[in-house]
Amino acid sequence: MAKVSKSPWVLHYDGASCNGCDIEVLACLTPMYDAERFGVINTGDPKHADIFLVTGGINEQCKDVVKQLYEQMPNPKVVVAVGICACTGGVFKETYNILGGVDTVIPVDVYVPGCAARPESIIDGIVKGIAVLDQKREAMKQGKLPELNVEDISEDGKEQASANEAQNAEAETTANAGEESK
Amino acid sequence: MTFFSWPLAIGYLILAPFIGGFFDGLDRKISARMQGRTGPSVFQSFYDVSKLLQKESKMVNHLQQFLVCGFLVFVVFTGVLFFAGADLLMIFFALTLAGIFYVLQASSANAPFSALAVQRELMQMMAYEPMVLLTAVGFYVVTGSFAVREISLADRSAICLMPGFFLGFIFIMIIKLRKSPFDVSTGHHAHQEVVQGLNSDLSGPVMALVEVSHWYENVFLYGVIGLFILNNQLWSVPVALVVCFLVFFLEILIDNVCARVKWQLMFRSTWIFTIIAGVINLLVLILFHLGVK
Repeated sequence: MAKVSKSPWVLHYDGASCNGCDIEVLACLTPMYDAERFGVINTGDPKHADIFLVTGGINEQCKDVVKQLYEQMPNPKVVVAVGICACTGGVFKETYNILGGVDTVIPVDVYVPGCAARPESIIDGIVKGIAVLDQKREAMKQGKLPELNVEDISEDGKEQASANEAQNAEAETTANAGEESK
Repeated sequence: MTFFSWPLAIGYLILAPFIGGFFDGLDRKISARMQGRTGPSVFQSFYDVSKLLQKESKMVNHLQQFLVCGFLVFVVFTGVLFFAGADLLMIFFALTLAGIFYVLQASSANAPFSALAVQRELMQMMAYEPMVLLTAVGFYVVTGSFAVREISLADRSAICLMPGFFLGFIFIMIIKLRKSPFDVSTGHHAHQEVVQGLNSDLSGPVMALVEVSHWYENVFLYGVIGLFILNNQLWSVPVALVVCFLVFFLEILIDNVCARVKWQLMFRSTWIFTIIAGVINLLVLILFHLGVK
């Protein structure tokens, strides 16, 4: 069994979300779900964060903010897209003012679908993210961490996004499993 | 007999991070239970620090690293002096110097959130410093010495004559333990008004050093609480430990009850409480010649 990180600190950013997913993200920290029992801290500081939790689609206004937050996070780091808008753009996918999901701007490791994503599946996504975090930490120790170039992704977003999706199909199915089990 | 000697100081140097880290975890566990949550493991603080040590270090400038090391060195210096039984005034000044290093590292970052945190931290130091110095003066008036070793050898516990100082010190401990006010301190809660206060621009291993420094500092602060109780009888040692535990619980309770205290309230209430508890206690001691001199 992979060594699971016991201290994932989360940075939560709201893109062009309707706030539905944000409420569910905060619900994860309440006594009902208590994500802190896994060592999760909702930190407001990208320099302390390990997991970048993004809700909502990405538009021209928040594109640079998301990129900057991602670049300020020290390695190893994981991005979790929460909610269908953050995964693909959702119902706003074809609109003129939405670029699409988070993966059009930064590489995403775990996709948590749902509208709004349920707290159970968000916690599932975080736990899956922890496993990816451990893989990246091992890779970093061996000096194998791939240089993730944010600019490449933003230039032809869709192709990179689909490549990412293929890589993370496993991650997605795990997050989905949490959803289906209900 | 006194325990304040060099062997205890060396014991502090080695064991304080473990004791401080464990109680930091226990603090989070008890807080979680008070809020009806399960809470993290009691060893969570150690997991956090070991994680931080493995992270990439993103330094704003090299001066910051030096200043954080200065903070750690002077906090350890403060604690070692205290447990070696040295002069209380020197100990408190060393603690203030450590605090200044901590403030300087944030001010060197030249970032908006750090700058705001520096201003508030200085305000906070202005609020609690009078009580810290008064405590040293109180110990002198009661026992006739500033030396920790001699204070701990008094015929009766210092708290008998200085209950006001004791309450005042508990009050400023809320600030020193970084529990309240929420818009200045850097506790492990969803404190997000000034992001992470003085730690905003720290990351990875340097952040881990700050955490370890806080553990050293907290053990030292509970040592001062114990000093109020200790006298030349052996039974005073377990009593001092019990009082430390009670104060530990009380601080968590205060933190959870007053979760949204802002710095303005902190500033006013600390000085008012210092005057009511500390200064009146000192006046009573001097006017009624209750101390040694």
